[in-house]
Amino acid sequence: MRIIVPIKQVPETSSVKMDETTGTMIREGVEAIVNPLDLYAIETALRLRERHGGEVIVISMGPPAAMTAVREAVAMGCDSGVLLSDKAFAGSDTWATSYTLSAGIRKLGEFDLIICGERATDGDTGQVGPGIAGFLGLPVATYVGKIDEADASKVRVRRLVENGHEILEVHLPAVLTVVKEIGEARLPTLRGKRRARSIDIAVWGPEDLDVDADNLGLQGSPTRVVKIFRPKVARDCTKMSAKDETTLDAAVDGLVAFLRQKQLI
Amino acid sequence: MTGTKQHHQGVWILGEQASGRVQRITYELLRRGRELADKRGTDLTVLLLGHEIHQADLEETIERGADRVLAMEAPELEHFLVEPYAACTLKVIEEYRPEIFLAGATSTGRTLMPYVAVRANAGLTADCTVLDIERETGNLLQTRPAIGGNILATIKTAVRRPQMATVRPRSTRPADRQPRPRRGEIVRLVAPKECLASRIRRVGFLPNESERGIQDADIVVVAGRGIKKGENVPVVEALARELAGALGATRDVVDRGWLSYPHQVGLSGKTITPKLYVGVGASGSIQHLAGMQTSETIVAINSDPDAHIFNVADFGIVGDLFEVVPALVEKIRKTRES
Repeated sequence: MRIIVPIKQVPETSSVKMDETTGTMIREGVEAIVNPLDLYAIETALRLRERHGGEVIVISMGPPAAMTAVREAVAMGCDSGVLLSDKAFAGSDTWATSYTLSAGIRKLGEFDLIICGERATDGDTGQVGPGIAGFLGLPVATYVGKIDEADASKVRVRRLVENGHEILEVHLPAVLTVVKEIGEARLPTLRGKRRARSIDIAVWGPEDLDVDADNLGLQGSPTRVVKIFRPKVARDCTKMSAKDETTLDAAVDGLVAFLRQKQLI
Repeated sequence: MTGTKQHHQGVWILGEQASGRVQRITYELLRRGRELADKRGTDLTVLLLGHEIHQADLEETIERGADRVLAMEAPELEHFLVEPYAACTLKVIEEYRPEIFLAGATSTGRTLMPYVAVRANAGLTADCTVLDIERETGNLLQTRPAIGGNILATIKTAVRRPQMATVRPRSTRPADRQPRPRRGEIVRLVAPKECLASRIRRVGFLPNESERGIQDADIVVVAGRGIKKGENVPVVEALARELAGALGATRDVVDRGWLSYPHQVGLSGKTITPKLYVGVGASGSIQHLAGMQTSETIVAINSDPDAHIFNVADFGIVGDLFEVVPALVEKIRKTRES
C-alpha cells in the first residue's frame, strides 16, 4: 500500500499565551510540534504498512521551520517526506491549503490512501482532509475510529458519528481522517531519529507544482480573518466548600437552588 | 462554476434528517437563517437530502420560518454518503446560486461542506458560533472560536459566492413555531440519477452503548480522574441519570479505559456546547477546557480549590466528590418529588 499522510506543524497548545492588551496570540518562544491529532494518522499508516507492506510518505505545507515536523514523522517510521514551502503559500486558508496540498500529492504519483488527522489543534477546522478529497475527486471517510479490514481495492472502516459508529466500505484510492480511538501513536525510535536527521527531504515551491498562482496563499484564499478578539469571560464562580456535614448540606442546597433558578432542573 | 458575486441571492440552509424525520439541527439553522435572510431582505430556503421525508416535518420547517423547502429524495440518500450528497448539493448551488449557504457543524456538515466548498470555489468557515450581516457591504460576518476557544475570530468571504459556513450545534435555540400560519413552498424532487454514484457503501451501524451521545445532550456530566478508578463510574453516572443528561469523560478517564472514546470531551475528543456542563473530579486542563468552555452553564465539583475548572465555572463545590455527588443526587430527587 502506498499511503500519503498530510501533517501540520502547530504551536503546543498548553503553552499558547495571549497578549492581554491586543488579544492576539504570542507565538514567540512557543514550542512548535506535529499536530497531536496527526500522530494518529501517522500511526494508522504505519500499522497498515506493517500488515500490507508498501510505503508511507508524509507531506506538509508550512514555513521552512516545518521541516522539523516532517523529520519527526520520519523518525516515527515514515519512509520519506516532502515539504511545500514558499512565500507564495503564506496566508492560505483551508481552501488554498487543500488546493496546494492536493497539487503536492498529485506530484507524488499513484497512491492507495491519504490519511489525515481529524483537524489541527490550532485552526480547529477539520476542513483540509475533506477539502483534499474534493480537489482530487476521491471518496472520503471522516472520523474513522477503526479499520476492520483492508485489501488492495477497499477498506472497511468504522466512522464515529454522533450516535454511534457507521461501518463503511470505502473503495481505494480514498481519503480517511482518523480520530484518537484508532490507536495510541508510537514514539520515534533512536534508529528513526538517526534516519530522520540524514534523509533528504524535498522542498517544493509553486514552480515545482502544477498550480495556478492565483489560487495560492492569501491571494487564493476566499476567506479572510477580519478581527481577532478574546471571548468575554463573564463567568463569576460561586464557590462553596463542603468540609463537613453542615457545609456539605449548604453547598448542595446552594447548587440545587442555582440549577433551579437557571431552570435546569 | 466559479462563484462570483453576481446573481447570487437568498439564504439557504442544509437541514438534516434521520429515518425521514427532520433533525433538531435543522431548526437551529432555521433560526440563524431567518435572522440573516431578514437582515438581507431575502428568502430562506431549506435543502433536505434523504428518502421518504415526512410531509409533516417539511411543513414544520415552513412553520418555523422557512420560505421554501426543497426535499431532494432517492433511496441512495437515506444515509449520509459524501459523494451523492456533494453531487446533489453542488447541483442545487449551481442552479439556485445562493448567496449564503449554511450547514450544521455535525459529522455530516463538517465532511460535506469542505468537499463542496472546494468544488464550488467558495469560501467556508468552520464551526461558527455567531453570524451577522455587515451593514455596509451585506457580507456575512462569521465568528468562530479558535485555538481551543482561547480566541474568537471573525471571518469574511468578500468576493466568492456562496458564502458557506458550518454552525456549531446547540449554539442557538431551535426556531420557534410562528404564532400565525405561514405560507411557504414545499418542493419534492427526485434526485438526478447522475448524482447518486458512490464509492463508499454503508454496510452497518453500531449504536452507542448509552442512548444519548454527548454532542446531542442538553446536559452533560463529565467524570474526571478524581473518580480514582473505573469501578467508581456509576457514582457519576447516577448524577447524569438524575439530570437526564449524557455521561462524558476527560482524556485521563478514557486513556485509563474507564469509559470509551465516544465519551471524551476535549481537544482530542469532542467539543460540546450543552446548556449545562457538570465536571466531577475534572481538574480542567487546557485541553479539556477547549472542548467545553462554550457550554452555557458550567458547574464543577472538585476537591482541589485551585483546580483550573473553577476559573471557567459558574458554580463550584470544593469537596470530596464521593460525598458531594450522592448528596446532590438525593437532593435533586427530593426537590423533584416535592
